[in-house]
This record gives sequence, C-alpha cells and structure tokens, in this order.
Amino acid sequence: MSTPTAVESYETLYVRLQQVVARLEQGELPLDETLQLYEQGVRLAAACQRLLDTAELRVQQLSAASPGLDLEA
Amino acid sequence: MYQALSVSELSLYLGELLKSDPILNGIWVQGELSEFKRYAASGHCYFTLKDSDAVLRGVMWKSHAEKLGALPRAGDLVLAHGYVGLYPQRGDVQLYADMIVPAGAGLLNARFEELKARLNAEGLFSLERKRPLPLLPRRIALVTGPQSAALQDMLTILARRCPLVEVLIAPCLVQGERAPDSIVEALYAAYSSGVDLVILARGGGSIEDLWAFNDEAVARAVFASPVPIITGVGHETDTTIVDYVADLRAPTPSAAAELAVPELADLAAIIGEARARLNAATAASLGLRREQLAEAARSVERHDPVRRLGRDRQQIDDLARRVERSVAGSTQLRRATLTGLAARLGALSPQATLARGYAVVRRAADGQVLTSPGQATPPDRLRITLRDGDLLAETVAPAE
Repeated sequence: MSTPTAVESYETLYVRLQQVVARLEQGELPLDETLQLYEQGVRLAAACQRLLDTAELRVQQLSAASPGLDLEA
Repeated sequence: MYQALSVSELSLYLGELLKSDPILNGIWVQGELSEFKRYAASGHCYFTLKDSDAVLRGVMWKSHAEKLGALPRAGDLVLAHGYVGLYPQRGDVQLYADMIVPAGAGLLNARFEELKARLNAEGLFSLERKRPLPLLPRRIALVTGPQSAALQDMLTILARRCPLVEVLIAPCLVQGERAPDSIVEALYAAYSSGVDLVILARGGGSIEDLWAFNDEAVARAVFASPVPIITGVGHETDTTIVDYVADLRAPTPSAAAELAVPELADLAAIIGEARARLNAATAASLGLRREQLAEAARSVERHDPVRRLGRDRQQIDDLARRVERSVAGSTQLRRATLTGLAARLGALSPQATLARGYAVVRRAADGQVLTSPGQATPPDRLRITLRDGDLLAETVAPAE
C-alpha cells in the first residue's frame, strides 16, 4: 500500500499536531517561533477536522477464491 | 511374500498401520459402557464399549481421567473420543480415549467440549495472548459471507461510526461442509493484504449452521492471525470455539463493528482538545512575554533621566538639610562658648569695680577716658560712670 490510507493521513497530521502542542507547552521559544507553531497547529487541527468531516468509507472486496460463494445465504 | 514375520513384527506393523490412519487418529465412538473400572493405584481407567453387534475395549490414562467431572458408569450410553491402537501384549485393538461424555448431550456438543478442552490445554485461549485492538485501525478485513446481512450491518455501522477506515471484504462460505476450508482461506487472504484488524463474523443460526466456527482448522487459523481479530458469530447466547481463540469476542457482527472503531465524534473531541491546548500554550507563552515586557518597562523607568534628576534633586536637598543641620549645630556650640566667655569677661569688667565705689571719668565731648587731671581743661564737661548710672559734671579747676 503505497498511497496512505485516510487513517494514515489523519494520524500523520494528528501526530504533528501533538508535536506542535508539546513544543508550545514546553515554552521558552522565541516569539516568532511561538506564533509560527501556533499557526501551524491551527492549520493541522483544521486539516484533521476536514479529514473527519469529508471521510467516506472505502470498501474493497477480495476476489472470492472459493467456488460456489454466490450460493451462500 | 516369502518371508515369515514374527508375531512382534506383525504387531508392530499393525500398530503403525493404525497410527497412520487419519480417521482412527481422532475418532468419536458411540456405544454403551458395559464395564468401567478405575484402578486406584495407577489412576488409569479401563472400559468396554458395546452395541448390539460388537465390543471394543478401551483405556483412558490418568491424565485424561482426571479431567472427567463424574466418572461414567456401566450401562451409560456414551460418546468416547480418542485414537485406535494395538495393545500388542494381548493382541487387542483398543480405543485410547481422552474424553468420554454422555451420548445424550449429542455428538456436536461432545465434539465441541473435546476440542475446547484440547485447544485450551494447548494455550490457544490464553488470556495473556489477547492483543489490544488498534485505537484507530487503518484497514479492517471483514471475513464473512459476501451477501450476508451480517456484512451489510457491519458496513452500515462502520460508515456511520468511522468512515475514515478502509474496509476489505474477504468473502467466504459461512456454513456447510466446505465452509471451514473457505473461512481458513479467506482468513489467510486477509492476513496477507495489509490489514491491521480482522473481523470474523456470521449472523445467527442453528448450532449446525454455526458449526464451521467450531472447526479445529478454523480455530487454528484464527490463532495464527498476525493482527488482532474480533469474532462476532451468531447471537449473544452463541459461543463458538473461535470466540475463545479470538483477541476479542463480540456478541454479534454489529457489535464487532462497533468495537472495532472509535466514533468520529470522539476523534473530533480529541482534535478539539489538542486545539484547546494549543491555544492555552500560546496564550501562556504570550502572557509570559507580556510579563517580561512589563518588567523591562519598569526597568527602563528606573533609568529614566528625568526621574533620575528628580531623585538627584531630592538627594541634593537631603544633603543640604544635613549641611544646614550640622552648621546650625556648630553655631549653637559657638553661642554656648560665647556665653561662657561673656561670664568670664564680666568678671574682669570695670562694672564690678564700679560696684565697689570706683568711677570711670570720660571727657563728655569725645568719650576719652581720663587718667590724669591735665587731660581736662575747665570748663570741660565730664561724664562720670558710677555703678548705677552716669553723672555729668563740669570741671572748675585742677585741684591743688
């Protein structure tokens, strides 16, 4: 699976969001870095939310190797 | 064959023959116990099974006999499970039983209990082996009938709860003779397709309908799952062997889907919380900075030249006051000294002499003190100072 799944994209964003929050909570950053991180965090949170809002269940089916599957009730 | 076998050789051969037969190696036999004896010394049990036409001897070793609840008795109709082997010392073919259950409970039930006991002993149900489910699975395999209501229920629930996940349907037969093989195949297909969670499910049915989920090969295939696996087979009251093996047993397929994924609203709440922390941390950081700024402003104020001048002026005033005080102090001292001196001067002054009756005579015109009669020419006026005052006098003539 080379293309990330929706959950993988979500988790990537979420992990980055967590990192941003953690760095901010650590404090002692220059002002411009604080503001940059804040903006980055807001963007990441919005991207996560967007993924949640637009998610649609993706369904694939493996081909049935066993014959006679269609007969199953 | 021209070579004769010894009895032992033939027994050995027969023994191997029986052992190699797949049917005889795990077989259920139904019959009436005509005899059942347990030897106290060894703990082993010996019995005979019979029906109207045949008789079969059997033995059950202590290790298996210990697991029987109540010992069966002669006359019981039973199902016995075990393998068939040769007892060479007597030339008997006998059943080496590992389980004997009352036949009334039915063969399916007996098989269920036997398999359950065996797999449990092997550790397939071990609780330490149960793995936690992924908090948020990426791809879930649904191993179930492709046209089943169970599949539709699970898809509906997954789409409602957490449409973020991907679903892979691994279709299989879920009942009938070929179902076990089909399920095993679908499970392995699922395992090799990069999923991180598997749901093995089937809707409700009779015990015969669900039987494939009590199959040993299926149970072992579930045990072999490289990722956590949830079973949801039948209704709440149905428990199958795979339920014991799975990492998590759900009462129904729908429940399995519910347990598999978090709700989107919960994820949104987590994001909301992260945002709140983001805001709080930024606000705290800015607050700290504001504090530092205020501190810096106070520091600048302290060094403000105007305020400094004011402060200096005050200091100057202060100094001036101190100078004044010290000057005043020294003046007072001098005054005191002066008073002392005046007292001493008083003692020396002519006043004291005057008080004794002496007088000072001055020429009235110029105040010149006279010490000789020639210093006054009549009628020069003289001022005579006595103790209490002055007298004016006129000279008449120098006294003879």
